Amino acid sequence: MGHNYSSPLREPLITGKKSYSDITDDICKSTESAPPPLWWVAISISATLAIIGLLAIAWTIWQGIGVWGLNRTVGWAWDITNFVWWVGIGHAGTLISAILLLFRQKWRTGVNRAAEAMTIFAVVCAAVFPGIHMGRIWYSFFIFPYPNTRGGEGLSSLWPNFNSPLLWDVFAISTYLTVSLLFWYSGLVPDFATIRDRATGIRKKIYNVLAFGWQGKAKQWQRFESLSLVLAGLATPLVLSVHTIVSFDFATSVIPGWHTTIFPPYFVAGAIFSGFAMVLTLMIITRKVLNLEDYITIGHIESMNKVIVLTGSIVGVAYITELFVAWYSGNPYEQWVFFRNRIADPYLFGPMLGLEEGDHAPYWWAYWMMMTCNVISPQFFWFKKLRRSIVFTFILSIFINIGMWFERFVIIVTSLHRDFIPSAWTYYSPTIVEVLIYTGTLGIFFTLFLLFARTFPVIAIAEVKSILKTSGDQYVTDFEKADDKFFEEVESGAGELAGGLAGAKSYKK
Amino acid sequence: MDTVNNKTFLVGLYDDEETLLHAVKRIKTAGINISDALTPFPVHGLDEAMGVPETRLHTAGFVFGMTGFLFAILSMIAITTIDWKINYGGKPNLSLPSYIPITFELTVLFASVGMVITYFIRNGLSVFNSTEVIDERITDDRFALIFDAEEYKESTLEDIDHLLQDTGAVEIKVKEMKKYKNLNK
Repeated sequence: MGHNYSSPLREPLITGKKSYSDITDDICKSTESAPPPLWWVAISISATLAIIGLLAIAWTIWQGIGVWGLNRTVGWAWDITNFVWWVGIGHAGTLISAILLLFRQKWRTGVNRAAEAMTIFAVVCAAVFPGIHMGRIWYSFFIFPYPNTRGGEGLSSLWPNFNSPLLWDVFAISTYLTVSLLFWYSGLVPDFATIRDRATGIRKKIYNVLAFGWQGKAKQWQRFESLSLVLAGLATPLVLSVHTIVSFDFATSVIPGWHTTIFPPYFVAGAIFSGFAMVLTLMIITRKVLNLEDYITIGHIESMNKVIVLTGSIVGVAYITELFVAWYSGNPYEQWVFFRNRIADPYLFGPMLGLEEGDHAPYWWAYWMMMTCNVISPQFFWFKKLRRSIVFTFILSIFINIGMWFERFVIIVTSLHRDFIPSAWTYYSPTIVEVLIYTGTLGIFFTLFLLFARTFPVIAIAEVKSILKTSGDQYVTDFEKADDKFFEEVESGAGELAGGLAGAKSYKK
Repeated sequence: MDTVNNKTFLVGLYDDEETLLHAVKRIKTAGINISDALTPFPVHGLDEAMGVPETRLHTAGFVFGMTGFLFAILSMIAITTIDWKINYGGKPNLSLPSYIPITFELTVLFASVGMVITYFIRNGLSVFNSTEVIDERITDDRFALIFDAEEYKESTLEDIDHLLQDTGAVEIKVKEMKKYKNLNK
């Protein structure tokens, strides 16, 4: 068969000279063998954390949210911080599977399945927090708008407030979870069929149900591709809308530090930034443990690091814009919130602003933690060597997730703890219950991911196969060695590649 | 819908999608209709070469999306202006800008859920399916062309057999299927 033209400027996305059958074997292997001891250790730890977290949640519901460190001034703290953090992490999965599909980025095929799984697990963790913060969780059905008899006399129903961003959030998060789940599952069906056709006994029966009777007919694939494209088109504005609406929770209020018009883009960029960091944390371990280095290559890691440096820089610009606007507004309250209440540390900026000893911003450490992790650390990825370093990327991905957690903490707690009346000023610290709920969601997240890694195809098998001929290392042409004879062969062999070929030819000349 | 009688299929298996595409084109040029093609991943240009008509799934998606859009905006208008008027400091009850987020979300939700359900139904996918597999390697590395034996004359079947060999099929076999729903019709 004719040569497949592939740009010489791109490195192969599949290494190890794989055949289609190798791809099936490599990816299905993890579902077909007993998990290694390390997996049992990992799931024991994460499941223990999850159980402790569930107990802490049960304690919260039993006793009421008085067991948290909240007070009348700081009515929202770790719970909403964790909620926004988890939702943000989820965004990378949809970005990879939807936006990069529309941009025809082939490298997404190596990581989209696991990233989408991560999205779903992260949104599940996020959904815990608003639920338990309601206090009386047994009334949580009040948020669903349906005709009811709670309206008192007459025929009216009691409806939720459609003008409230908190209700918009309910719709945004539940739509996001549903659409992500559908997108993920419809992509999984053909891959479950692959596992089904290799399995025997009880496993065959289970995967037979999961595969929905997939056969790979031409019409099935045609509809599959149409569905993927339209869902990607729907999920792209959806993912942007979700964090926009999350940011409205703050931006539509009148709290200085919250009512900021740049919040929507700033939150979306931050969400993608933290999500990619979490994808990297997970994928660096997964590719190593499951021997998937041929499918999730250093090139994949570098591509994700490029997204990190872009979104990290957008986040940095947003932080600096906030400070600039606070100064430029000439509004003393706005300036006070940003300069006195956030950046004024006891050592450098506090004295520079003329503050006396002990008069520094109470949460200055959180602000500078955020600045260091989110603004300074991603800048290292301008260096190609560091972008392609696995150890460095892994460490940095954890730094970024810590930084992004602190970003939400800074926005929420520092803006609340010194409110309009100085007599109400207070300091917030979490209780052990809040800490255990947070570590509990980490436990839930990693438990689900570990189960996923042993039972699901962690890489989209069919999608990787469809890019093998253009991105497999044995098919990538050494451009420098291409001569006229090569071009003639390609021309006669593959008409649909003529466009790329013409480009390559003119480039060569 | 096809009957549930036993059906015999002539199956040609290929090991490369480009060989398959060339084969489809040659068999089509010879004036022979191919019942179906089964592949491990979406092969671009296969539906066109096979003469499979364009799917209307995206149209269904649009209709579902419009349903969601209208449902959301009309019910919010009805609730806030008729059923439960709340006085927010004298502000108008009908505040369309603040209905935008929920309207958008429900449009996306209805379109996605509707499309996925349509996709599963039209593709004959369900958890209750007892799958008949033509060849287990079709989900691995084999590309199959199948011919419903009833639809061809004996001599044509022989021609097909030769064509399959000529176009590089790595294996040709006869397979009985209890039920096979052809989606191309």
